[in-house]
Amino acid sequence: MLTYLVRRIVFGIVVLIGTSLITFAIAFLIPADPAVAMAGAKADPQTLATIRHELGLDRPVYIQYARYAFRAAHGDLGRSYIRRENVMHLIASRFPATAILAAAAMVASLILGILMGVAAAAWHGRAPDHLLLALSLAMVSIPVFWLGTLLLMGAAAITRTFPLGGFDGWESLILPTITLALGSAGYYSRILHTNLSDAMRQDYIRTARGKGLSQREVMTRHAMANALLPLITLAGLDLAGMLSGVVLTETVFNWPGIGRLAFEAIFNLDIPLIMGTVLFAAFLVVIANLIVDILYAWLDPRIRLEEIG
Amino acid sequence: MKRYARVMEVVGLAMVASLVVVAIFARQLAPHDPTRAVAQTFGDPAPPSWEFPMGTDALGRDVLSRVIYGAQISLTVGVAAMLVTMTIGVLFGLASGFFGGKVDFILMRITDVMLTLPGLLLAMAFVSVLGPSLVVLLFVIGLVSWTGIARVVRAEALSVSQRDFVTAARALGAPSHRLIARHVLPNVMPLIIVMAALGTSGTLLLDASLSFLGLGVPPPTPSWGRMIEEATIYFRVAPWLATFPGLAIFYAVMGFNLLGYGAIARRRQT
Repeated sequence: MLTYLVRRIVFGIVVLIGTSLITFAIAFLIPADPAVAMAGAKADPQTLATIRHELGLDRPVYIQYARYAFRAAHGDLGRSYIRRENVMHLIASRFPATAILAAAAMVASLILGILMGVAAAAWHGRAPDHLLLALSLAMVSIPVFWLGTLLLMGAAAITRTFPLGGFDGWESLILPTITLALGSAGYYSRILHTNLSDAMRQDYIRTARGKGLSQREVMTRHAMANALLPLITLAGLDLAGMLSGVVLTETVFNWPGIGRLAFEAIFNLDIPLIMGTVLFAAFLVVIANLIVDILYAWLDPRIRLEEIG
Repeated sequence: MKRYARVMEVVGLAMVASLVVVAIFARQLAPHDPTRAVAQTFGDPAPPSWEFPMGTDALGRDVLSRVIYGAQISLTVGVAAMLVTMTIGVLFGLASGFFGGKVDFILMRITDVMLTLPGLLLAMAFVSVLGPSLVVLLFVIGLVSWTGIARVVRAEALSVSQRDFVTAARALGAPSHRLIARHVLPNVMPLIIVMAALGTSGTLLLDASLSFLGLGVPPPTPSWGRMIEEATIYFRVAPWLATFPGLAIFYAVMGFNLLGYGAIARRRQT
């Protein structure tokens, strides 16, 4: 168990180093000069040279990367060009709104996805199963930003008092959560359905039936335990996809989270803020996967008992 | 179930084929010029009517004609970006699955890194830095979408590479490139074609999302994503402006998804 966890942590660090290289490449591809972006187009060469020196832009690439990686590892993501604020503080101030939205959507999508997947497996091969399959495909095919816009339009048509955007009390969380959760729920229900149908064909299911358990007991006590476990891993991996959806959802609903922050940074070509938000998103996904790995090890006796057995 | 999978495939194929027809014959099918003001309601979006079945937008342009022309750019970007995606994904997957060992380890760690980064966010960053143009869009969408394909192709290539006929060809002294091109690739091909359909649904959605965020192909080319973005300020007074282009995106993505998932479901049965 311990070696397993150490291996997962090392793996997470390797992935983070890789993502830092890619975010660093973003700054390198930009045709515009960051010094000009900071000082303005009319700045004299002396000022530009000073800024370049301050930013370390006159040093070789690998030194620049090493400085960037060292600072990022210490939680220093630089200062925003446009807002002139510490990137880490900006992200920290926007993080709670995104965390609430993502957590609500994750819980909602898992509940809906599991219900749909179990219902489809229970009616395996019959009309409700086919209907649920078509429904789950429709759910993954709906563009997030269109769904959000439709929900806003519907809410506006029904009532004028409904909060239309912004984070303003718990009822303002409802529409963004539905928007963000629907696609993932469709995806989970499909995977769970496949896992359940596979599990139902296993030997231990035949054994359970053979000892006289009812269909319901076989399903809940044996098949579900094995079909749900992979779903946990999937939900961890899906967080990266969900964070993409967060950008769109937060844009549609004017939600004061990291997605909107990234969107604004990209439009202002605010390089440190762009790099910071992308790197922070990757960091969240790595942490989520680590938590999933720990959870998985704890739930799955084949891993938990690795060293004892 | 098998019959149902077949139905999904046929329906998906019909939906995709209808889109292709609309895109090719846009000029003949569109009742109006998509980029010109044709309604007499300049500045005021007009609701659907007999003359304009999907209404007109704030600039007096016919929404139906714009939706029809939008199929051209969506399909072009979707399919071309899918080809970029497939090229990267298949190369990574084949190399990983066939060679194994160190090659596999390094390529799969690169895949893990890409899987960790939110695709849309990364695409937004690259498009904004490089400037939105057709070529940039294709490559950026391809760059952030190939991981799923690489993983699936790797697994299939791995199992094919261990089959007897590959071992036999290797024993006869066939070089690696010949083994891959003649023996592994043809056996992975059916899976690649299925993944291409699913890949297109992904690239279509990503392209529409980028367009919605103002990072798609620049105006005046009509694009579904940007039509919805332009419609958001009118969502109280003119809901039809956002409804119809969104339906078009949904129809296109659903068509490719039905085609791909139908084929997968049928493969699982046999």
